[in-house]
Amino acid sequence: MAKTDTARTVSLDRGGLRDEQLVAMLRNMLMQRQLDNRGFQLNRQGKIPFALGSEGHEGLQAGAAMAFVRGSDVLVPYYRDLGLVLGVGITPVELLANMFARESDLSAGRQFPNHYTARARGVASVSSIIAAHCTHAAGMAYALKYRNETGRVVLCTTGEGATSQGEWHEAVNFSAVHALPIVWLCENNGFAISTPQSMQMAIEDVADKAPGYGMPGMICDGTDPVATYRTMKVAMDRARGGGGPTLVEAKCYRFLSHSTDDDDRTYRDRAVIEEQRKDDPVPKFERVLVDAGILDAAAVAALRADVLRETNEATDAAEAMPQVHADTMYDNVYAGSYEPWLA
Amino acid sequence: MNAVTATVTNVEAVRATLHDAMAADDDVVIIGEDVGARGNVFLITRGFLEEFGPQRVIDAPLAEASIVGVAIGMAMQGMRPIAEIQFADFIYPAFSQIVGEAAKTRYRSNGDYTCPLVIRTPYGGGVRGALSHSVSIEALFYHVPGITILAPSTPRDIKGLLTSAIASDDPVLFLEHKKTYRSVRGEVPAGHFTIPFGKADIKKSGTRLTVVSYGYNVHQALDAAQRLEDENVSVEVIDLRSIRPMDKTTILESVRKTRKLLIIHEDNKFGGIGAEISAMVAEEALFDLDAPIRRLCGPDVPAMGYALPLEEAFMISTERMQDAMRELAFF
Repeated sequence: MAKTDTARTVSLDRGGLRDEQLVAMLRNMLMQRQLDNRGFQLNRQGKIPFALGSEGHEGLQAGAAMAFVRGSDVLVPYYRDLGLVLGVGITPVELLANMFARESDLSAGRQFPNHYTARARGVASVSSIIAAHCTHAAGMAYALKYRNETGRVVLCTTGEGATSQGEWHEAVNFSAVHALPIVWLCENNGFAISTPQSMQMAIEDVADKAPGYGMPGMICDGTDPVATYRTMKVAMDRARGGGGPTLVEAKCYRFLSHSTDDDDRTYRDRAVIEEQRKDDPVPKFERVLVDAGILDAAAVAALRADVLRETNEATDAAEAMPQVHADTMYDNVYAGSYEPWLA
Repeated sequence: MNAVTATVTNVEAVRATLHDAMAADDDVVIIGEDVGARGNVFLITRGFLEEFGPQRVIDAPLAEASIVGVAIGMAMQGMRPIAEIQFADFIYPAFSQIVGEAAKTRYRSNGDYTCPLVIRTPYGGGVRGALSHSVSIEALFYHVPGITILAPSTPRDIKGLLTSAIASDDPVLFLEHKKTYRSVRGEVPAGHFTIPFGKADIKKSGTRLTVVSYGYNVHQALDAAQRLEDENVSVEVIDLRSIRPMDKTTILESVRKTRKLLIIHEDNKFGGIGAEISAMVAEEALFDLDAPIRRLCGPDVPAMGYALPLEEAFMISTERMQDAMRELAFF
C-alpha cells in the first residue's frame, strides 16, 4: 500500500526512513491504539480483570522501536509500552494471551497485563515496582560491555514519575560512571496515576537531570514518531559506538485513565484532554503521510481495517486458548525443588 | 575431594573460595562497596583488583539497592555476579530488589529469565558494632520463596556452601557471622569441594537432648555441650548451615532419638528461625517429645546496644547455653 513514487513529498522530515518504514510506524501506532481499546473493551465486557492503556504514547513508541535493532538490542520496558513491545517483535496474539492470562501467555499467566518476557527476542521480564527494573537494565548493559558485545544497546523506559525513585537515580548514575551502552527513555505524559509532574519535580524538563549525572539529555516531541526516531537514533548510535548513556525525554500525553481501575475524572478536567486530543499522535501521523503523498485516504482506511481484522482474529484466538492449570503454580520457583523443608 | 587439607580461619575460607571462583570463571564478578583498592573492609578481596581487574572487581557507588539491582541485571544477562553488602545492617535499601525482584525473576518469567546471584554479607554481633553493625537479618528473608539462605559456621562449610552458591542458578543470600571471621579456624579440603543446600551437619553426637543452631552460636553450643560431658549430660549439636531450604530429616531423626529440642539463635525470638523449627517439630514429632520445645534467642529489642553491658546482655553467653541445656536435660 506504500506508494513508491515520493515525488509529491513536500516538507516531510522523514529522518532518513524509507516509505515502508514510515508506513510500518503508522501501522504500529494503529495497532497499539486498537489493542489498547480492545483491552478496555474486554474489561468492560467482564472478560478480563484489568487493562492498562498506552494511548497517547503511540508516536514515541513507534519511533523508539524503529531505532531498536532486533536480535541485538535489549528492551527493559515498563508497563505502558504496548507499542514499543509490538515494535520490537511481540505479537498481538501474545499481548492478548497476556490480557486473557492464558496458558500460552509468555509468563504462563503469572504476570499482569502489559508485563512481558521474551529473552530470545531481547525483551526483559520486569515487575510492577516503579524503577526497580532500571538497575537491572544497568546491569544488563554492564554485561554487554563486559563481554565486548560491541554494538548492542539496552533501551530502558520509564514514565516521568519513576525519575523520583532513588533506584532510577542509582541506575542512571551507575550507567554514567561506567559509560554503559544504554539509553534511558523517559515517556513523560505528565501524570503518575493522578499526580501531576509539578508534584514530582521542580523542573519542566526531565532531561535537565542528565547533566547532573554527566550524560547528555535530549528532548523530543513524543507525539511525533519521526522526531522521536531521530532523537533515539542519535542516542542509540552514541551508545553503540561506546559513547555511553543518554537520557531522552519524549513528551506526550496520556489520554486514558491510568488503568481500567482508575477514573481520571476525579483529577483531570475533560476540557484539557479535549485540547490535547488536537495533538493526538495517531491522526496527526496519518495526515503527515497523506500530505506527503506516501499514503492516500483509501490506503489509510485499508490499513485501519487490516489492523482491526488482525486484532479481532487475535482476540478470538487468545480467548479460545486453554486456561492455565493451577498445578503449574509450583513450577519455576527454583531450578529444582520448591520445598522449603528438605526431607 | 582431595585428601590434602589446610587449616584456615573463616575469613580466609571466604577469601580463598571467592578467589577460586573468580579464577575459574570469567562470568563471576564481585560488586560492592570498597571491594577494590581497599580489598573489602575485612580484607577479603585484597589483591583481587590487581589480579582480576576493575571490570571484575567493581567498587560500587555507595548505594545498596543498585549493588543488588545491577547484579540482578548482570545475572539476567547470564553472568554470575557476587554482590557484597558491606554489613548486613545496610541491606535494607536492597530489600525490594531481593524480595520483589531476585526472588521472583525465575517465577514471574516462568523460567525465561533466571537470577544466578550470590549476595554475601557479614552479620551478627558481639564485636562492639552497636545498632548498625550487629544485626541478624535471616528472619527478614527466610519467609520468602525463591531465595536460598545459607549461614555456615566453619571454614569447611563456608568453602563447600559458597562454592555451591556461586554455581547455583538461583539467588542465594550468604551470611557470614563477623565474630567467627578470625576466631574460628578449621580444616578445609583442597580442590573443588561443594556441600548441597538444605543439609544440616551434626557437629557433635549426643543422646540426652538436641540443640539446633547456626552461625557463631554453634561454636558456643559445642563448648557448652563439651562442658556438660563432665556432668554426664550428652548433647547432640546440629549446625543448620542452610536456613532455607532447611534439613527436616536430620532435625527429626535427632529429636526422635533424644526426645528433647533446644533451638539457639542470636536473632531475636519472635518470628525467628526457631519458631519455624518449633512448628515443624510440633507438627511432625510432638508425641516423640519428652519435654516442651525450648528456644534460647536474642532479646526482642530493636537493636544491640553499644555499651558493653548492653551487648553482653544481648548476646547469648556459653554459660546461659549450658544452663538451658542442663535444665532441659533434667526436665
